[in-house]
This record gives sequence, C-alpha cells and structure tokens, in this order.
Amino acid sequence: MKRHFDEELAELNKEILRMGALTEESIYKSIEALKTLSMKKAKQVIAEDDRINELELVIDEKCLDLIALYQPMAVDLRFIVMAMKICTDLERIADLAVDICERVLEMADKPLLKPLIDIPKLATLAQGMVKEAIDAFINRDAGQAREVILRAEPEADNLRNLVQSELINDYILKDPSAAPRAVSLLLVARHLERICDHATNIAEDAIYMVEAKVVKHRLGVLKET
Amino acid sequence: MSIIEIKSLSVFYGRFQALKDISLAIEKQKITALIGPSGCGKTTFLRSLNRMNDLIEDVRISGNVFIKGKDIYQPGMDLLELRKKVGMVFQRPNPFPLAIYDNVIYGLRVHGVLKEKIIEEKLRWSLESVHLWEEVKDKLGSSALSLSGEQQQRLCIARLIAVEPEILLMDEPCSALDPIATTKIENLMYELKKQYTIVIVTHNMQQAARVSDYTGYFYLGELVEFGETDQIFTNPRDSRTEDYVTGRFG
Repeated sequence: MKRHFDEELAELNKEILRMGALTEESIYKSIEALKTLSMKKAKQVIAEDDRINELELVIDEKCLDLIALYQPMAVDLRFIVMAMKICTDLERIADLAVDICERVLEMADKPLLKPLIDIPKLATLAQGMVKEAIDAFINRDAGQAREVILRAEPEADNLRNLVQSELINDYILKDPSAAPRAVSLLLVARHLERICDHATNIAEDAIYMVEAKVVKHRLGVLKET
Repeated sequence: MSIIEIKSLSVFYGRFQALKDISLAIEKQKITALIGPSGCGKTTFLRSLNRMNDLIEDVRISGNVFIKGKDIYQPGMDLLELRKKVGMVFQRPNPFPLAIYDNVIYGLRVHGVLKEKIIEEKLRWSLESVHLWEEVKDKLGSSALSLSGEQQQRLCIARLIAVEPEILLMDEPCSALDPIATTKIENLMYELKKQYTIVIVTHNMQQAARVSDYTGYFYLGELVEFGETDQIFTNPRDSRTEDYVTGRFG
C-alpha cells in the first residue's frame, strides 16, 4: 500500500538533490573565478550563497516536521536524520566556495604568484567528490560512497600537502614579499581540502543510511566491509 | 541474565496453530516488548508465560517454558504459586467491585496472609510503589470503581505487586488510557523494572520503542525477529520487521 509518507520522503529527496546541485554549481563557479581571477564571478558566487542558506533552513524544518508528525522508524528514520546532517555539510561546502571567492577578491588586483597546477587538480577532485557523495546518498549507493572515502579522500590530502610544501618552500621561505599572495593560495588549498572532508562526511552518512553501519571515525570497519 | 527461557513453544487452538516453535530468552529486570499485527500470536505468547491459555477450551501446547530454570508446563505445577510469581495486567483495568483496600489485599488473603500488621505494611508499600498512596490514603474504603481509568490500572498493578511477583505480564496496559495517563503508566513501568521483569504486548510501536529494552516482532505465529529495541527500530535485520515498523506492512 502506498503511504502518503512516501510522497513526503520523495519530496525531501528532491530538496536534497536541489541543494546538492546548487552547491556543486557554487564550487564550479568559485573555481572558474579563481582560474580567471574574475571579481565579477567571485561576487556572483558570494551573492548566490543566500539561496543555499535558505534551502538549509527549509530542509531542516521539513525533517523536523517529518519526525514530529510521522515518528519514522528504521530506514525512514535513518534517511531523515542523515538528510539533516547532509544539508549542514552542503551548506558548509557552499560557505567554503564563498571563502575561495573571497580569496579571489584579495588576489584579483595583483598577478598570480605562479601558474596554478595542483590547485586546479585539487579543485576538480573536490568537485567530483561532492558530486559522487551526493549521488551515493540520492541513489542509496553505499559502494559509491566507499569509493569517495577510500580512494578520493587520501588523494585530496596528498594534493593539499603538495601545494602547501611548494608554496612554503619555493615562495614564502625564499621571498617573504611573496608571502601575502602565497598565503591566499594556501588558504584556497585549505578550503578545497575542507570541501573534500565535507564530501567524505556525506559519503559516511550515505553508508549509514543504506547499511546502518557507522563508519565515521572507524576506517577499520570501512575497510573490512 | 535470563529469567524466562522458552524452548520450541507451539500453541494450537483446535487445528489452528497460533504459535510456531518459538524459542527465546527473556532478561531479568528488563522490559521486553512484543509487537506485531492483530492475530500474530503475541498475546497467546504472553498468556503462555503464566499458563493463562490453559483456561481456553481445545488448546494444545508443546515445548517448554522455564522460569528460573523450572518448566512451568511440567505436571504438578502449582498454578496459584505460578500466577503469584508471574502476574498479569490486562488491556482494561479490572479492579474487583470492592473497596480500594480490599482490592490491594485480595491476593494476600488468597495466599493466606492473615496478620493485620503485614497486610497494612504491604498495602501501603504496594500503593506507594505505584504512586497511588497519596491519592487514595484517605479513601481506602471507597469503591475501586470510583477511581479514574488510569488510577484503576495503577491499582491493578498495586494488587499484583502486593504478593511480590517477579515477573509482570502486561497485555496492552495503556490501550484504554489517554496520552497523559499512558505516560504515567510508562514512567511507572520504568521504575518497576528495577525490581521486576516486565513483558508487555503493545500495538503502539512508539510505546514499545520508548519503554522497552528488548523487542520481539511476531507475524503469523512466528517470532520473526528479536533484539535490542534500538536495533529493531533503527536497523531491523528482517525485511518483514522493517516493513512493519516503517508502516509499509500490508
């Protein structure tokens, strides 16, 4: 028998999908702004962040309503609680895209310190991780979520370390006058790495939703299963 | 530590098999909830734990129910003693049409307690245990039927615990009560489990989730799944349990 509650859950799924799409767009635009040092594009991302903030409130309220009105159990309960957690991660990811754009505004009036090589790689990785983590949640695909955590996350850490070591050793230590521009790039790498961490959170929540297994802070459990 | 052990219990009413080969251990001083759709066998199971099904015509029971290691279906079992040890609370409060005082001490009299001092002590202790003493201490001679439904249910629990049972069986004890009265009974159950083992049948899944430590899901006479309550309600292992607790059943 079809339940009215199923329609409500489908609606919530759509809202998460919508928020995910807007967040992915935000990351994409912030990276474009960085590559071209475009103040216009950076300001656009900052201005559009409100839409994502609003969606977070809408999803939170919907989840609370569903819990209060339907007292969900089992997989339904896991879906709603994880939806609440995931929308917090998505909102934080969008904030980090805004942070990247703020770095762009700081750097836009000066030439770039160096050609960007590893930062675009890290950006592409971050974008892909967010997309795959959201897809894993929406499609209830724990296998895809595992891929995000086991394959992509270590790669992100590695790229961030490469960027950090290059900027410190080859620029800041050799020429202190380059420090302000180097620090801005360091922060961009840090923001991108944080986006990857939030994507990992989403993937962990997707696994909990599908399998009711807690893999957060338990890499051993994740590797065993 | 388990206080009740059920091994391969089957119950037939005539040719109809109401329970199919149930095996289960019930933990001491915990609340175990039995859930399932109407006719699934959960009440039959509950009534098997103090041989209340014996009263039904054409009933046939196989398997064993051990309470503290003793098989209650062995010949020669003293049923009065069994039901003193394993008391039962029913769906609708069923006080006797007697004074409050007489209701509480009824069991004591049946079990041959005659000393007034002991009776007075047990009366007060039982009524205090169910938080009814303050409400009725000045009208112990009034009819039990003058109490509200929820007070009557607490009185019935006081009547049970006056004879110091070890196990309380509760068959939908809140189904005739409003939400506030239900909360009072649930709080009382939470306190009572410090001393007693409680097995409760309920149609209200939220109630099972709120009050119990363990939950068993019955369907068509089978015990489909049994486990810790939080596992049953957040991550049931059997798809039939999942369908039932999420309301997809049927």
